[in-house]
Amino acid sequence: MTDLESRPSFARTNLRRRTFVGYLLGGATLAVAADLSLGNPAYAAVPSLPQISELYDLGDLQTDAARPTANLIRIVINTDGTASFELPRMEVGQGITTSTAMIIAEELDLPVDKVHVSLAPARPELMFNQLTGGSNTTVSTYTPIRVAAAIARNALLDAAAIELGSIVALLTSKEGVITGPTGASVSYADLATKAASPTTKAVSVTLAPRSSFSVIGTPQNRVDALAAVTGRKTFTLDLDIPGALPTMVCRPPTLNGSPQSISNRAQVLAMPGVTHVEAVGTGVAVRAATFGQCIDAVRALVVVWNPGSVEGESDATVLAKLRAAEIPLAVPAIPLLAQTIEAEFTFMFRSSAALEPNCAVADVRSDHATVWAGLKAPIVAQGEIAAAIGLPVDKVTVNVVTGGGSFGHKLFNDAALEAAKISQKMGVPVKLMWHRADEPRQGRVHPMATSRIRATVLLGQVLTFEQRHTSVSTDFGHGLGEMISHNLDKLPTGLGNLGFAETIFTLTQELPYDFGVVTQLLNECDMRFNTGSMRNIYSPDVACANELMVDRLAALTGQDPVAFRLAFLKNSRVKDVLRKVASVGQWGRSMPAGMAQGVAVHSEYKGATAVLVEIDCRPATVNRPITNGVTGPRVTKAVIAVDAGLVINPRGLEAQMMGGVSDGIALALTSSLHLRDGHFLEASWDNYFYTREWNAPLDFQCIVMPSTSEQPGGAGEAGVAASVSAVACAYARATGTMPTRFPINHDQLSFTVKPFVPPIPESPTDGLSYTF
Amino acid sequence: MGQHTFILNGSTVTVNVDDDVRLLWVLRDVLGITGPKYGCGINVCKACTSHINGKAFNPCSVQVKDIGPTDQVTTIEGLPATVGAELHPMQEAWLENDVAQCGYCQPGQIMAAVAKVNQVHAAGREITDADLDEIRNICRCGTYSRIRTAIRAGAEAM
Ligand code: FES
Ligand code: FES
Repeated sequence: MTDLESRPSFARTNLRRRTFVGYLLGGATLAVAADLSLGNPAYAAVPSLPQISELYDLGDLQTDAARPTANLIRIVINTDGTASFELPRMEVGQGITTSTAMIIAEELDLPVDKVHVSLAPARPELMFNQLTGGSNTTVSTYTPIRVAAAIARNALLDAAAIELGSIVALLTSKEGVITGPTGASVSYADLATKAASPTTKAVSVTLAPRSSFSVIGTPQNRVDALAAVTGRKTFTLDLDIPGALPTMVCRPPTLNGSPQSISNRAQVLAMPGVTHVEAVGTGVAVRAATFGQCIDAVRALVVVWNPGSVEGESDATVLAKLRAAEIPLAVPAIPLLAQTIEAEFTFMFRSSAALEPNCAVADVRSDHATVWAGLKAPIVAQGEIAAAIGLPVDKVTVNVVTGGGSFGHKLFNDAALEAAKISQKMGVPVKLMWHRADEPRQGRVHPMATSRIRATVLLGQVLTFEQRHTSVSTDFGHGLGEMISHNLDKLPTGLGNLGFAETIFTLTQELPYDFGVVTQLLNECDMRFNTGSMRNIYSPDVACANELMVDRLAALTGQDPVAFRLAFLKNSRVKDVLRKVASVGQWGRSMPAGMAQGVAVHSEYKGATAVLVEIDCRPATVNRPITNGVTGPRVTKAVIAVDAGLVINPRGLEAQMMGGVSDGIALALTSSLHLRDGHFLEASWDNYFYTREWNAPLDFQCIVMPSTSEQPGGAGEAGVAASVSAVACAYARATGTMPTRFPINHDQLSFTVKPFVPPIPESPTDGLSYTF
Repeated sequence: MGQHTFILNGSTVTVNVDDDVRLLWVLRDVLGITGPKYGCGINVCKACTSHINGKAFNPCSVQVKDIGPTDQVTTIEGLPATVGAELHPMQEAWLENDVAQCGYCQPGQIMAAVAKVNQVHAAGREITDADLDEIRNICRCGTYSRIRTAIRAGAEAM
């Protein structure tokens, strides 16, 4: 902040500036607005050789989708000197409320803690521009938010000039106070009403380049950190909405079954605390005074069920379908002496559930409905809820609540829709919570997939690299799909004929190597599962398969994995992150037998990531005892380097990379669902093994690369793909065997399967025997 | 319907609720204490971790009838008061290291961390990696590395 003190406001004029138009809004206190589609970079023309996603990626599609809509975002200066902003995105832990507060603080010369960022309710006029996904929030909102904040600052300066009897050029603004040449000053609090505009009018403003930034790019703690550590942070289940009593659903024993009849409704209604029992499409809902009584009622219900959508199916039968649906590899015309390597990788079903279970509060009346939930696509939710309960869209209010994690789960409105239907049927407000067991068994999953790769090599050169990715269908029915169909004409040539999934695949996948003739194709089949785009969508699986093959190609040509990658990587940013982890992680240092290093890169979201890990696969480590826990190989060290363009908050970016590494370890080693006889077996966090403390790296380092870019890249998902790949590569090197099925421990069922009827386990009563 | 009395965050409370209702729901649904979170209801995820008489426990797996009138139940809301400060040193360490992401697991993580450090200190030791590996709390956002750093820092200040 020091240079700000002496810097007169007009000092910024010497810097290269970009001019934008925004609005002063008429009102009692100063309010400003900017068009949310402002300043997004236009995409380049697409020549034939580079892959489409290098030039025009999923983020560009989301950004372009916003262009034609007039969608204003507003910043209000309050009479207490603070600024308020409603972000049309959802905070699920990725830190966007913090980074947005930083951007506003930067332009407004206000301390970060004087900027209040809340989440906007569903705003249908924003059309496609209220979707949180694809790590696109900061990319798409950065410029419009700066424009609005800069307009507010100018209006405050204009008002201050009158107050202080001076001219704007002689004023300085700092920490919410404007000081004139005589030392007299006036605060934003005093100016909030004086700077207000009686009418709405368009004004232009110039933005300073990043060289003048003093907040953006500095490490900041999360704005909600204090609330989180004191238990005051409010999640959906913590809301106190009058009359919204705890509600749960007794769910079918097989995936997507439905209730036929309830055999003991009267008996369950008479149980302690129970107020309502009603069948809905997804099961039988019960409402009671406490969730504990809901659990008891769900367990007591006797229900006759209709069959589900995958009766009798198992991992093996689904895999057979995937293999049958694979697009054949083309046989390239290659010289006779070329060597061919080929491998097929399988990625099992995974649960995208967050720690906060699916939940929502709904109050549906005859003429109006209000819903509260963690929703990344609230406009889609609003439309679907309105249709389901038979109300016009403008009679449905959808409030967005900060979520306890998403990982793709909250792109969907499963709980909000279900809660609205239940509230309508019961005629009372409900606070719906899914039981943990419901999540893996009936909730959204990352689809099972296979990836077949064939590559040919001659004289140390890779001539061809073909990949066929085949997946159980991914559900994109949360707005991204609609976004694509509305933007077909804008997509680069050749994309318009693809389906949604193929379009997303093409827009996200980018093989960063010069491997001659490269083809990456996707086919999807089997729509009967509840799927979604789990954090990083296709990339963790695709990249894992690719990077394992890259290690094999390196071995085939007698080269070191890092040297081989550096020789074939196309992009200098990717090379730089790789060099960085190789040096910080001491690539090539000697390790005992059974331990090894692995390295991998990934390029997406207009950025680059590299990960180096060390893994311990020695029996004493693999078999270390943890009660009811999966141990297995341990990643002892992880080094991740990320180039995410202009970084708003390096501390937040590091946090996202840490989460990406934890996800990568789980995806490579421990976390999967097992499908048997038409249902998933997992029902607990001790069945579905996400990374736990005993599997976390003992040494974690994250390097945020310096960048001269004026444009932020995506962060929320960028850490996953290179992490899973690096762990897989390290495992292959430590054990001498390239793994081909993920997670590596999928074969062992390390738990006793909980019953399917009743669908949820009883809460234990022996908690006091486990105190420490 | 039974009457149950216990000490919650330093004050005596009495609730009218059936004997077998698990304490987590007495806290959340009856008393409106929402710091302890639900993540499983079967003593696995540890999101509900609180303290009973200074030791970590999971109220989702304890019936209210098993809590007596002299039992001291402390939730994250009552943690600072146990050291007579605005914030407990472990909470300070959490802030210092910016541990929380979504934050859903963090009240439970902090309560578990405090108990773990007390346990280790009572044994006359410092926190080791093996101690940290014993913490079962899930963090689906994957903040484990920062949790480890914060516990070590918090332990020094405790
Ligand atoms: S809710 Fe108590 S341990 Fe999971
Ligand atoms: S911070 Fe999200 S679950 Fe731990």
